[in-house]
Amino acid sequence: MMDFRVILGISSTHLLSRMKQTVTASLGVTFGIAAFIILVSFMTGLNGLLDGLVLNRTPHIHLYNQITPSKQQPVDLFDPFSESENFVHSIKPKRLQSRIHNAQPIINYLKEREEVKGVVPQVIAQVFYVSGSIELNGLVNGVDILEEDRLFNLGDYIVEGSPRDLAKAENGIILGAGLARKMSVSIGDIVQLTTASGDFFSLKIVGIYESGLAEIDDVQSYTNLKTAQKLMGQRDNYITDINIKLYDIDLAVPMAERLENQFGITAVDIKSANAQFETGSDIRNLITYAVSFTLLLVAGFGIYNILNMLIYEKMNDIAILKATGFSGLDVKTIFLVEAIIIGICGGLLGLILGYSVSVLIDHTPFETEALPTIKTYPVNFDPLYYIFGFLFALITTFLAGYLPASRAESIDPVEIIRGQ
Amino acid sequence: MSTVLRAENINKYFREPVLFHVLKDISFSIEQGDFISIMGKSGCGKSTLLYILSTMDTDYEGKLYLNEELLSGRSGSELSKVRNANIGFVFQFHYLLPEFSVLENVMLPAKKLGRKPLAEIEADAIENLRLLGVDKHAHKKAYRVSGGEKQRIAIARALINEPAIIMCDEPTGNLDSKNSQIVFELFDELSSRKKLSLLVVTHDEDFANKTHNIITMEDGRILSA
Repeated sequence: MMDFRVILGISSTHLLSRMKQTVTASLGVTFGIAAFIILVSFMTGLNGLLDGLVLNRTPHIHLYNQITPSKQQPVDLFDPFSESENFVHSIKPKRLQSRIHNAQPIINYLKEREEVKGVVPQVIAQVFYVSGSIELNGLVNGVDILEEDRLFNLGDYIVEGSPRDLAKAENGIILGAGLARKMSVSIGDIVQLTTASGDFFSLKIVGIYESGLAEIDDVQSYTNLKTAQKLMGQRDNYITDINIKLYDIDLAVPMAERLENQFGITAVDIKSANAQFETGSDIRNLITYAVSFTLLLVAGFGIYNILNMLIYEKMNDIAILKATGFSGLDVKTIFLVEAIIIGICGGLLGLILGYSVSVLIDHTPFETEALPTIKTYPVNFDPLYYIFGFLFALITTFLAGYLPASRAESIDPVEIIRGQ
Repeated sequence: MSTVLRAENINKYFREPVLFHVLKDISFSIEQGDFISIMGKSGCGKSTLLYILSTMDTDYEGKLYLNEELLSGRSGSELSKVRNANIGFVFQFHYLLPEFSVLENVMLPAKKLGRKPLAEIEADAIENLRLLGVDKHAHKKAYRVSGGEKQRIAIARALINEPAIIMCDEPTGNLDSKNSQIVFELFDELSSRKKLSLLVVTHDEDFANKTHNIITMEDGRILSA
């Protein structure tokens, strides 16, 4: 212990008496770490935003009846032809009802499962929005609006009014922003709908919804489940879609497969629905880490150079230390400690700088029509990245210091003393 | 009186640039309280011998004993400990750590030894500096004192661990006659009063003549002792 205190004393004296070089070396690490923190925070913030834009709103599993041709044609079931190759041309899809058969028991079954965070039954109704003599094509989503908000953050995209307003209103509707603009209506107005079967409905606008994706905002609206069932002229066991959110997104794929077999309906999991998003995130992360690593590598070379120079200057000191009884290992430790002190100081400064700039970015206004809920640039302040950055700083400085320190270890004091 | 340092048949070769036999069958011993100088022309191998005796150079043949313990063949870190505890050094060039204070320079070997608490080491160091008449510089940085003073500080450092022997390589090599005289008197007093053994490599004939014994070397051999 005594030994280490002596070594620490020597190291810190070296560093303090060469303040300029020490500061230069530390700043190299500082900028490397700060850049890492800023890049990672900003990139993952952006990733989170983009993922949130689609993934948060997408159910982990979506159950519905898909219209497809029957997989087995009658000829396949006919025994005499079972051995032969059958060709059937122009197969037409089978007529299916769009309601999910036995929806309520399925919902109850799902709600009891531990891995399920929530289940939202939905009725999707095709309608026409009537504005004067013009009819606009559209969809009405009948949902339990409060559940939908809890699980899929719908509230974030309701730019006027709130989910609660809809929950309270019997014949309310939250209209897509594009639709509202086209029909020049706003909150409190009445909108006329006709359904496919020709029935007329009047609903009161209690909110405006803007997802940022024009093709959705131009057609889609939200109502309560009951309202949508009434539009379809159906009773309250009429459900066309079930959206499931899980606690662990990774379970979505196997569970979707199981549900499909168990209930004989179509189940689409989030991964197959949104594969491209994950790829995008992965590549952005890869770029972030590659750039940060390069920066730290440059900082590492800086430290390597400065320590090498220091050791050249300190040849005499090394010889004296060795002559007076410091072992090669002691001398190596002295220079390694110097490298690590540079790493710690530079790293901590880097964390502070990185955090400050991240806060600055977090407060920079960033307004775009596509993302109505975003007012500033998104930044992720995950403490894990700060721990990571600091470890990164320690490891690079240790590696950068190791070679010069090993050289100092093997310096022969006799050669130095003779050389004078 | 006991034998402090004993060398038996030491041979040393330089391999670069060509094989060269530097030291040939060197054998001699130093008793406690001896004040011995080694003289000889440049290139006769006297410095080389000193580095072997100091344990810093381990590339030789033969046997070296310190306090009757064999040192030849021990590992580098063991020899570091031996040097730290038993051997004091004074070089021609002052070899202080320039960024450290004079006091720290003197304390460093004792801190490394770690045998005494810090306060006691500091008291010892100040006492040594006082003995050598440089205690007023204790808190200056080492690069700010004069050459003669540096040499005396180096001696104070060599004494801090109460070594068995002090080895000097041209200790008065670049000192004026007044400072050389001061250094000689210090050594003389240490050997007679403290029974410290001293081995000094020197070109300075006046200095050598005043020591107890002169070893003369030529072409890697001891001519007379």
